[in-house]
Amino acid sequence: MSVDESTVRRVAKLARIAVEDHEVAKLKGELDAILAFVEELSELDVDGVEPMTGVTPVSIRLREDVVTDGENAERVLENAPAREGDFFVVPKVVE
Amino acid sequence: MSDLLDFTFADARKKLAEKDFSAVELTQAYLDAIEAGHGLNAYVLGTPEIALERAAVSDQRIAKGEAGALEGLPLGVKDLFCTEGVRTTACSKILDGFTPPYESAVTERMRAAGAVMLGKLNNDEFAMGSSNESSCFGTPVNPWRKAGSDAALVAGGSSGGSAAAVAARLCLGATATDTGGSIRQPAAFTGTVGIKPTYGRCSRWGIVAFASSLDQAGPIARDVRDAAILLGAMSGHDPRDSTSVEREVPDFEAAVGRSVKGLKIGLPKEYRVDGMPGEIEALWEQGAAWLRAAGAEVVEVSLPHTKYALPAYYIVAPAEASSNLARYDGVRYGLRVPGRDIVEMYEKTRAAGFGDEVRRRIMIGTYVLSAGYYDAYYVRAQKVRTLIKRDFETVFADGVDAILTPATPSAAFGIGENANASPVEMYLNDVFTVTVNMAGLPGVAVPAGKSADGLPLALQLIGRPFDEETLFSTAAVIEDAAGGGFTPERWW
Repeated sequence: MSVDESTVRRVAKLARIAVEDHEVAKLKGELDAILAFVEELSELDVDGVEPMTGVTPVSIRLREDVVTDGENAERVLENAPAREGDFFVVPKVVE
Repeated sequence: MSDLLDFTFADARKKLAEKDFSAVELTQAYLDAIEAGHGLNAYVLGTPEIALERAAVSDQRIAKGEAGALEGLPLGVKDLFCTEGVRTTACSKILDGFTPPYESAVTERMRAAGAVMLGKLNNDEFAMGSSNESSCFGTPVNPWRKAGSDAALVAGGSSGGSAAAVAARLCLGATATDTGGSIRQPAAFTGTVGIKPTYGRCSRWGIVAFASSLDQAGPIARDVRDAAILLGAMSGHDPRDSTSVEREVPDFEAAVGRSVKGLKIGLPKEYRVDGMPGEIEALWEQGAAWLRAAGAEVVEVSLPHTKYALPAYYIVAPAEASSNLARYDGVRYGLRVPGRDIVEMYEKTRAAGFGDEVRRRIMIGTYVLSAGYYDAYYVRAQKVRTLIKRDFETVFADGVDAILTPATPSAAFGIGENANASPVEMYLNDVFTVTVNMAGLPGVAVPAGKSADGLPLALQLIGRPFDEETLFSTAAVIEDAAGGGFTPERWW
């Protein structure tokens, strides 16, 4: 399996990473090499094999349905690149 | 006072209790060593004030007879562990200036046990790498050099700073994490002992996530006993990590020195990979001979899906990484690069903040999870993972107690030596370690010999789930038989 340049751009878009035009060819080569490497898996017969969902059998535990955390606006916001009061600030999203 | 650095923690613990020296004196000796070892680039941030303050508290607790299991231990912390009020970056530009308002569960436990944090240690960006060359702070230097050469070597990765600092005696023990070999490979490259415990043994809460179904914390230490002491203090159930197990933590240290007589040790034939260097093969045979001499039975075993572990890993790990790293969006913490709209802000922030290897893995992960490819790649890889785990289960069901393999396919290589290697060639560094993460098993790397160039080489032991004790007993036999000599000659 190999990717074309438009796929590289589409994946970059999905991953929300800006890619410059001059980087596309190099990225295509790298992704192709990795995809060629993992291609080996297709020779295995995995019919009827359950996909792993967890390495250790753990049952989901329930806890008391009570508030254990919160009222920490200052701690939540202290690393914000931009804030106003108790809010994160982002570029306008709704016209 | 430089001889203070010669004590292992087990020895220093006695001396501290007997008041031969204080925790403050021990800590100061390490702070001086860090200063002198600055050129190794093992630390990305020193915290000497915190260290001296905590050491003074340790002295008070020792005086009152209230010493914890790690009381006064000068500890280095991988920069992947969030530390309250102390910058934590995962060695990525995207976490530039991030100061967590909370402490990771593992370092919290260690602190409660009396460990004294000296500073934050270098690692590959988001723990993605096998040479620590992807760190935004530059590459740490291995304190080992080839005989007759002054070329700088890598300390391995991703926990390269942890391994370099322990080997160079810039800390007495270090925290590390292992997703595909990131504790064991750097330990192997530096003549130190590193153990990745069973998945679920240590809480992942507060550790910067890479691939959540594979990530585990563990220690890098100077010898097997110290590794056992450290792991004991790091382990235990934590309700904040739903994959952390509710299981009693055994006395790991008590396993060190326990006889291996009658244990069955498996040598997997599939690990005899093409082109394995003769010295690695010889080391492996030597390790088997030592265990036989100690009364263990050594048998050949088969793990037929071994060769599929690395390709499956390079689907599962990037897929989980692409999902985990979606949180770095320039909104809540870390780097932000402005854009005309919010999408452009995300894209520019992530382009500027992530290095090449991280970007590559996010893109591969995004691709294999995207519509139309999910079943062909991700689901298939998770099925292969089931087969890999089954291989181990079969061997253990046949009565094998632990599996002995080489830890790495080679000794440490030069910084920049693989600059033109493809990403896939670099991935092959983890060929012996990655199966263990895929199956969630414990694995330890223990120094066992030297290369022709005089560099340390290590063997790996793989255990049954939650049987780290057998690994400590068996690793201690190899350590004793190898006879030491794993302290690098000081040149820095």
